[in-house]
Amino acid sequence: MKEFRYVITDDLGIHARPAGLLVKEAALFQSYIKIKKGEKEVDAKRIFGIMGLAAKKGDEILLTAEGADEDEAIAAITEFLKANL
Amino acid sequence: MITLTGKSVFGGVEIGKILFYKRNSRQIRRWHVEDTENEVIRFENAKAEAIVQLKGLYEKAMKDVGEENALIFEIHQMMLEDLDYLESIIHIIKNQQVNAEYAVATTADNFVAMFVAMDDAYMQGRATDVKDVSERILNILAGAGGTIFSLDEPTIIAADDLVPSETVQLDKEKVLGFATMYGSSNSHTAILARTMNIPAIIGLGEELREEYDGAYAVIDGFDGKIYIDPDEETLKLMKEKQAIDREKKLLLQELKGKKNVTRSGQKIHIYANIGNASDVGLALQNDAGGIGLFRSEFLYLENNTFPTEDEQFQVYKTVAENMAGKKVIIRTLDIGADKQATYFNLPHEENPALGYRAIRICLTQTDVFKTQLRALLRASAYGQIAIMFPMITSVWEVRRIKDILEEVRAELRTDGIPYNEELEIGLMIETPAAVMISRELAKEVDFFSVGTNDLTQYTLAIDRQNPKLDDFYDPHHPAVLAMIQMVADSIHAEGKWIGICGELGADLEMTETFLKMGIDELSVSPAMILSVRKKVRETE
Repeated sequence: MKEFRYVITDDLGIHARPAGLLVKEAALFQSYIKIKKGEKEVDAKRIFGIMGLAAKKGDEILLTAEGADEDEAIAAITEFLKANL
Repeated sequence: MITLTGKSVFGGVEIGKILFYKRNSRQIRRWHVEDTENEVIRFENAKAEAIVQLKGLYEKAMKDVGEENALIFEIHQMMLEDLDYLESIIHIIKNQQVNAEYAVATTADNFVAMFVAMDDAYMQGRATDVKDVSERILNILAGAGGTIFSLDEPTIIAADDLVPSETVQLDKEKVLGFATMYGSSNSHTAILARTMNIPAIIGLGEELREEYDGAYAVIDGFDGKIYIDPDEETLKLMKEKQAIDREKKLLLQELKGKKNVTRSGQKIHIYANIGNASDVGLALQNDAGGIGLFRSEFLYLENNTFPTEDEQFQVYKTVAENMAGKKVIIRTLDIGADKQATYFNLPHEENPALGYRAIRICLTQTDVFKTQLRALLRASAYGQIAIMFPMITSVWEVRRIKDILEEVRAELRTDGIPYNEELEIGLMIETPAAVMISRELAKEVDFFSVGTNDLTQYTLAIDRQNPKLDDFYDPHHPAVLAMIQMVADSIHAEGKWIGICGELGADLEMTETFLKMGIDELSVSPAMILSVRKKVRETE
C-alpha cells in the first residue's frame, strides 16, 4: 500500500469541478484508491463521496492506493493534487 | 398593480404574460416489483438515456455559452455514474422489491440531505444538482423527457428557481425574461441567463406567488422590479424605457459586423474595457475587436488573501480562450489610491494618488508581481494576451519590469511550461513624466495605452473626487490633448502602436480628434463600442 499526505491550497477546496476531475483521474487505475480526511474515508472513484468530504483550504488529506498499479496511481494523483488543489 | 423587487442579474425591459413554472411535482408512488432484475435493467436503461441527454446538453452548452458553463453537465454525468448513488438505487430495488422510481427518489432525498447538512454554502447549493440529475431519470422512467417548456407565446418565466438543464433548453425566441424566488447571482441560472442575454431578476422571495400565473406584467431588469398588472403610468414609463433599450439593440443589429472605418478609409480598432472575466460576454455581444483594458484588480479586491497563481491563470486563460484569438490586454495589479484591499496592509497616506500604488507596489513586493506575471505568461499560451503596466514614470522601472519578466520566463522554460514567446508588452501613459520621456519609453515596449483619467488629474492637478473643482475640470483641456499627441508621435516614430483606454476614449466629441492624431485603438466600455463605431463611420 502506498500513501501520500497533502494539504489543500486551493481557496475553494475540493468543489464540484476538481472532484469530477479527480474521479476521472482515479478511474484510470485498477488499484483501490482512498482519500481520508479526519475520521472520514472515501473511495476516490466516487464523486459524491469526495464532495462529501467537504475538504477546504488548509485541510490535510491522506491518499492511499492498494493494488497492482499503486505506485503509478499515487504518482499520478499526487501530481493532480499539486496542480489542481 | 403589484410591485415586486428582487436582485437584477441582467438588464432589459419586457412586457408580457407570466408563466409560473411548476416543476414536475408528481407524487412518487411505491409499488411492489416481483422481477427485480428486470426493474434494475429498466433503471439502467433510463440512466443510459439520461447520460445521452446530458452529453447532448453539454454539446449545446459548449456552443451556446462556453466550456465554463457546460462543465456542469459533465459533472452531472459523473454523478449519475457514481457508485454510491447507483448502489443505493439498485440496493433499494432489490432488497425492498420496489419500483425504480421509488428507489431513485429515495436515494435522491438522502443525497440531497447530505449536501444540505454540510456547513458550506457552495456544497449546500449542490443539492440542486442531485435533484436535477434524479429528476432527469424520473422523467425518462415516466416516459416524459425532452423539452420541459413548450411555449406558445412570448412569456416571462417565473419559478422558485431553475436548474441548468431547464434554462438551457428554453426556446430563447419565446422567453422574455426570468423571475425567480430564490437563487444567487452565482447560481447556474444567473450565469446562463446573463450569457443568453435575457433580462432576469432573482431573489424575489415569497412575494412571487403562483397565483400570478397568466398575469400581465412588466419585468424591468435594470431596476430589478416586476410590475404585475401595471397601471397606465407605469406601463407608459416602461414602454419608453424599453424603446430606448430597443433602439440600442437596433443600433447593435445595424452596426454589428461592420468595420471601424471612416468615410475616407482610415481604420481604428475599437476594443472593450472590462473589469471581470464575466464581462467578456458583454464585450462580444457588442462586437468588441478585442479587450483593450482588462483590469486585473478584481482578482485582488474580491479576495481576502492574495489570489494564487492558479486562480489567476484560470481567469486569464478563460478570457483569452473566450476571445478566441482576439487581443486581450491585461493590466497588472493597479491597487492603492482609491482601490484598497486590506490584506495588502497598505499604510494610511496623506496623498494616496501620489503614493504607494500600482507598479510601485509591484516593484517593491516582487513576489506578488511575479505570481501575477507567471499566471499571465502561462495563460498567454491559450490566446493573444498582451500585458501592460500602470503608473510608469521612469525608464528604469520599465527595464526592471523586463528583467523580472525575463526571470519568470526562464523559470517557465525550466519547468517546461509553455507561453507565448511573441507576447506584446505595453505601458499605461498616465503621468506627465511618462509623456515627457515617451521617446525613450517607446524604445522599450511594443505599445502605449493612454489612461486619460489619471493623465488629466495629474496634468491639471485636479482631484476628480472633489466636486468643488468641477468648474476647473476640463477633460478636453489643450494641455491634455497636446500630451496625447506627443506620446502618439513618440510611439509612431518607433513604428509601434497606441491606444486610449480612459474615459476620454468613449467621448464621441473626441473621436474625430483621435483619428486625426493617428490613434490606433480606442478601448471603451462594452456598451459604448457601437456608438463609437457609428461615430467613426460618420467621420470623413
